[in-house]
Order: sequence, then C-alpha cells, then structure tokens
Amino acid sequence: MSKRIDVKDLNVYYGNFLAVEDVSINIEAKSVTAFIGPSGCGKSTFLRTLNRMHEVLPGARVEGEVLLDGDNLYGPGVDPVTVRSQIGMVFQRPNPFPTMSIRDNVLAGVKLNNQKISKGEADALVERSLRGANLWNEVKDRLEKPGSGLSGGQQQRLCIARAIAVEPQVILMDEPCSALDPISTLAVEDLINELKDQYTVVIVTHNMQQAARVSDKTAFFNIAGTGKPGKLIEFAETSTIFNNPSQKATEDYVSGRFG
Amino acid sequence: MTTTSLTSSQGAGRAGDKVFSGAALAAGCLILAVLFGVALFLVIQAIPAFTAPAADIQGGEGFFAYIWPIVIGTLIAAIIALAIATPVSIGVALFISHFAPRGLASGLGYVIDLLAAIPSVVYGAWGAAFLAPQISPAYGWLAANMGWLPIFQGPASATGKTILTAGIVLSVMVIPIITSLSREIFLQTPKLHEEAALALGATRWEMIKMSVLSFARPGIISAVMLGLGRALGETMAVALVLSSGALTASLIQSGNQTIAAEIALNFPEASGLKVSTLIAAGLVLFVITLAVNMIARWIISRHKEFSGAN
Repeated sequence: MSKRIDVKDLNVYYGNFLAVEDVSINIEAKSVTAFIGPSGCGKSTFLRTLNRMHEVLPGARVEGEVLLDGDNLYGPGVDPVTVRSQIGMVFQRPNPFPTMSIRDNVLAGVKLNNQKISKGEADALVERSLRGANLWNEVKDRLEKPGSGLSGGQQQRLCIARAIAVEPQVILMDEPCSALDPISTLAVEDLINELKDQYTVVIVTHNMQQAARVSDKTAFFNIAGTGKPGKLIEFAETSTIFNNPSQKATEDYVSGRFG
Repeated sequence: MTTTSLTSSQGAGRAGDKVFSGAALAAGCLILAVLFGVALFLVIQAIPAFTAPAADIQGGEGFFAYIWPIVIGTLIAAIIALAIATPVSIGVALFISHFAPRGLASGLGYVIDLLAAIPSVVYGAWGAAFLAPQISPAYGWLAANMGWLPIFQGPASATGKTILTAGIVLSVMVIPIITSLSREIFLQTPKLHEEAALALGATRWEMIKMSVLSFARPGIISAVMLGLGRALGETMAVALVLSSGALTASLIQSGNQTIAAEIALNFPEASGLKVSTLIAAGLVLFVITLAVNMIARWIISRHKEFSGAN
C-alpha cells in the first residue's frame, strides 16, 4: 500500500511566471523524503503538484510528468479527484472540519463519492486510523466532541488520521509542525517514523533538524533571487546532504551560513 | 526629567474611552426603549379588541375567530416565499462565490443587490399587472391535473390573483436578501477547510457540502430568518397582488389574506374598536416574528459547539 513517485522535467507556472524550473526527482516507496530550502524557493508549490492541489491556486499550471508507479498524474483523462484520494495531504495549519465531530472528521474522506460503510466497519476504521496517528488514547472517550476542541498538536494528528483513513499510497506534508509546540512536534515526528512502514511520506520543512531527524532522503531547493524560479539543487541521502553535500549552496544552507 | 505617576490619568485618551462607551451604551438602550415602546403601544391599544364582546368584533365571532384565518394566510404566503427563495438564493450565492468567473460574479452580485433596492409597491404592481395574468393558465393546468391535492383544488382563479402568486412575488423580494447574506458567508469559508476537503479526494460539490455549506449553516439560517421577516411583514405587494377572501386550502383560488395586508387595506377607514382590532392583529404579527426568531436562535445555539467559532 505505497507507491513510488518519479518526477520528470517538471516546470510549474503561475500564469506566465515560472515558479519552479525543471525538477526531476525519484521518490522511493516506503521512505520519508524531506524538501528543505529558504522561503519562496517553491518547495511547497512543488509538493502541491504531486497531488494536483496546486490547481486550487488561481493561474497555476505545470509542464512535465509526475509518475505514480509509472502512471502519469497529468496524463489525459486523469481525474484530479482520483489522484488526491490516492495521494493524501496534511497542511501547515491543522484544519479539522470545525462542524464535524472527531469521529466524523476521521471518516470524512471515506464517506466521499457516496461510499457506504457500516457502523461496525466505521468504528473499526476510526479506531485503526486514530491509533495509526497516535491519537486514540487521547480522544477515545470524546469521539463525538468537535475536532476543533483539541489542542493544536492533537488537531494535526487528527488531520493525519483523516488522511490515512482513506488508505492513500502517498502522504504529502506541508510544514506539518510549523504551528506546533516542541512536544507536539515530537509526537508528529514519531508518527512520521511509523508511517513510513506503510506509506510513502514527503514532507516540506523549514526546520533542518527536523529533516535530519525524520527523513531518509533530502532534497534541497533554492532560488537565485527574487523573481527567479526555484530549482532543485541537490537530492541525496539525508546524511550526505547534511554532512557531505556536493553543492556549495547546499553546504552554505545546512551549515546556517544563509537562509 | 519628568516622572509619570501611576495614579495620574492622561486626560484626553480616557475621555475618548468614556465618550465611546457612553455612546455605545446609549445606542444599546435606545433600541431596547424603542422595542419596548412599540410593544407597549401595541398591547395598550389592542386591549379593547381582546375585552370587547365577541359580537362587536368584525365577523361577529370574537377576536380569535377573526385573527386565525389571516395568521394562517400570512404563514402560507411566507412559507411559499421561503420554499422558493431559499434554494434559489443558496444556488445563486454559491454560483457567485464558487463557480462563476470573477467578472461575471461581481456583476451578478451587483444586480442581485439592485433587486433589493426596488420598492415593494413596484413588485406589487408587477405581480398584479404582469405575473398574475401570465401565470393563471398554469393554475388552470394544476387544477385540471393535480386538483386531487387540496392545495391545487379548482376552480382556478381566472385573474391569477391568488396566494400562490403573492408567495411567488414575495419570494422574488426575499431572494436578494438571502442571496447577498449567504454569498458573504460563503466567501468567508476558510481556504484551509476547502483545501482539506479537496485533498481528501472530494469533488467540487462534495467540497462545498463538506466545508462551505456546513460552515455557513448558522449564517444561512440567519439569512433565511431575515428573509422570513420581510415575507411576514410585507404589505404593499400582497395588498396589490392578492384578491383576498376567506381562508381556503387551495392556493390557486382567490381567497386568504395576510395580517400586514389586512391592516393596510382596512386601517384608513377604521375607527373605534376596528382600530383596536387591527392593532391587535399587528401585535399578533409581532409575536409571530419574535417567536420565529427565537426558534431560529435556538436552532443555531444547539450546534454552537460545532460552529467553528471555538
């Protein structure tokens, strides 16, 4: 239940503005891949192109190929709705549905497309997903309470539970810990380590220690200057990126000389 | 070097605070005083109608027998208006907020707002002179084919001046109110929640059901209540469109009457007890409106936990 992603020569545009230029990258199944880089370098934009969520942004479009186990996400006749049900996403700020209970939040994705699910199956799925997100023990007695009543870290894990409930192939995370305190961050990082047993995880982070802690491979993105497109500078094993990078820019960034 | 003592107050800023809080308090009190004054006036003026012998009230059977048919008539007209206006308004508002291209959306929003600015007497004239004659063949068809339903029982009115026509005219008047309020609320749906739904593999419509409509639910109820307030209280349009009469179940015969139109049509020539009766009718309308609003507030507060405001 996880697939690899291969990106070939991908360009991302906002209108006529080239935001990300010529990215090719191979993301292994059942691994954690981190994207790091300074603000505005296009790493979040690029992440969104992996499940076509960039199409929500006005004027955004891509050229190139993104292959999920060989199937092009941008091929003719591919429905973005299907793509997104296979490649889930967790956002920067926790966004459980405020009008739904914790239980309904977990089931939100499963109930889409008029899928019917019996109460017993639903209960089992809720428990499995919340356990998978290390949240079950904290919320098992208040499943019918609103998700918005949880703490920020719990809300983010609820969002992860919601994402894994639909059993995606890949989970994309866009700075999932940037709005969380250190304890909650630790809980989410532990969770990411467990998730890679089953899922392909791609995480964007501003926190280089986080990338070093959670990821197997790291991609460094950079931007030459304002108005220039973001580029993939270097992609290698995380230990290589942090200890022995081949590019000068990568070394400057990870050693804190800029950014 | 000067030192500022903690106890000395800085005159100007403090005075501004006081003026502002005083003004806000006065405005708050004023609205309560006005409401109380109107209620008091209605009650005092209406008392004779409640205490008078039944034979003296119009119709000769007491105030209750006089008022209940027009209460029902008022509710029928308002329900017809909302039954038509609510789905149309939500549809238009969704189209403007989430489907239409930006240029078209702002133009359409402007036109909808203009609809609200048309005086009700114009709607009444349009309903009576244009809509009623146009729609009467449809009533004939309803009477012929669906006459077994009590609400479409024939013979249909030849002029089309029925409670159904009045309800349709009212719905046109209510649509701009519900639409513009709903549109504002739909636009305030946090992008985060819309993206959350889309990222789970929701289609556009599922995203709207999941995040936009559920987020906007209390706002939609408030908007519908404001629309209902207008539909219940609308006078001129109903007075012009409806050929009033006794209470009847059929919506396509002439007959029925609403409280507001009853007051407007009879007040100029009324005197003595008749005035009290009409004011008592006004009091009843006031109470209905109050009750409807309280029910709406109760519905909204029941789901407070899940409103997203916490």
